Amino acid sequence: MNKVTNINDAISTIKDGQTIMVGGFGVPGTPFMLIDALLQQGTRHLTLIKNEANEPHLGVSKLIEAGRVDRLITSHLGLNTTVLAMMNDKKIAVEFNPQGILVERIRCGGAGLIGFISDIGIDTVLSKHKQVITLNGQKGIVESALRADVAMIHAAVGDDLGNLVYEKSARNFNPAMATAADIVIAEVESIVNTGSLNPDAIHTPSAFVDHVVEIRELRDEYGILEHHVFT
Amino acid sequence: MTKKRLTVSNARDKIARRAEKEIIAGQIVNLGIGIPTLILKYLDWEKRVQIHSENGILGMKSHCSRETADRNLIDAGGGYIDLVTGASFFDSSLSFSLVRGGRLDIAFLGALELSARGDLANWMIPGKYTPGIGGGMELAQKARRLIITTLHTNRKGQPKILESCTLPLTAKACVDRIITELSVIDVVDDQLKLVEIAEEATLEEIVEKTDAPLMVPDGELPRF
Repeated sequence: MNKVTNINDAISTIKDGQTIMVGGFGVPGTPFMLIDALLQQGTRHLTLIKNEANEPHLGVSKLIEAGRVDRLITSHLGLNTTVLAMMNDKKIAVEFNPQGILVERIRCGGAGLIGFISDIGIDTVLSKHKQVITLNGQKGIVESALRADVAMIHAAVGDDLGNLVYEKSARNFNPAMATAADIVIAEVESIVNTGSLNPDAIHTPSAFVDHVVEIRELRDEYGILEHHVFT
Repeated sequence: MTKKRLTVSNARDKIARRAEKEIIAGQIVNLGIGIPTLILKYLDWEKRVQIHSENGILGMKSHCSRETADRNLIDAGGGYIDLVTGASFFDSSLSFSLVRGGRLDIAFLGALELSARGDLANWMIPGKYTPGIGGGMELAQKARRLIITTLHTNRKGQPKILESCTLPLTAKACVDRIITELSVIDVVDDQLKLVEIAEEATLEEIVEKTDAPLMVPDGELPRF
């Protein structure tokens, strides 16, 4: 089966009011091209699940700044003062999770589980509105699994069957999100023929991927952010 | 006796230099944002430590130049980095298995407030600044050893070490050692114990700037 899809056809599966997972940790692994196509499509009232909100005027921040996102489930917004200000002004609802708990909730969603129990944040405000139980003599918070209608992810290489390979620190949330959505759209920097990837080297197996979209040109957003060069 | 004053920048470097000595050869270490990241500047690579970064790297080295920066290779703070021999990449889920599963020997974090029994508050100032948790809670709770590297007082000159924290906690009773520009303090059995005094500091100054009971052992304490 050939899953190579035109970007607009792939993005047209996303509807108003849906929950969307977006891969990436900073620039690496963020599917900038898919995000721009979603912005152009004009889809509204989205719930976004992403580690952070990129930085002002970059990536998912563009969707949020355009008022397309009602709710953000995330881990850290320290590099995005624009979204922090929108949160303080109640223009967007934000739910913070410890980073590893966020990815584990996604992993559970992808693994067909209802949730899991963890002691992270047990003595903090995070446990306030959550169920706390005791198992094997240990107190833990019940963390619910997370799933999305659509996941938008980024990989370095994909084949036309949907096998994916990520590069360096661009892997991050992408493999977990690839398992946890009803429809998974992967943008890839290059498409190779099925059979040319070493089966041992594939990070996300084809079964998890519905659409493979080729990035024809890596725009500036994918490049080096000069303000993060320290020496 | 008048002591020489450190500038804030010198104080941060002094803390980082002292903190580096906590690292034992071969350890797996995570460095938080701020002063902890400065430790890289002083790290003795002969120790062959592996630095963990939450975004899926074991074996990051240092921030690199524009010429060698790779768009796909950053640390958790967004800076471009290079790698040591033997480095590996993994996804965020495995990254936190490493932390929660107990494979992290030391985490170095900053602090807004610390309490007498080792509570840490470093993630929010209600109504003012709530950037989110990131990996902080998991690092604080699950690193085998948690060392706080921080200036002894806040920007207003008020003590950061208090009888109990007023800000929302990152984690309870998690801190093993506090390294500031004035002192090294251990948390032992829910109490603070002074273990070293900075060359630039006096005992009186440390006691004055610490708003919690401090055990001071008899005899001369080591200087750093």
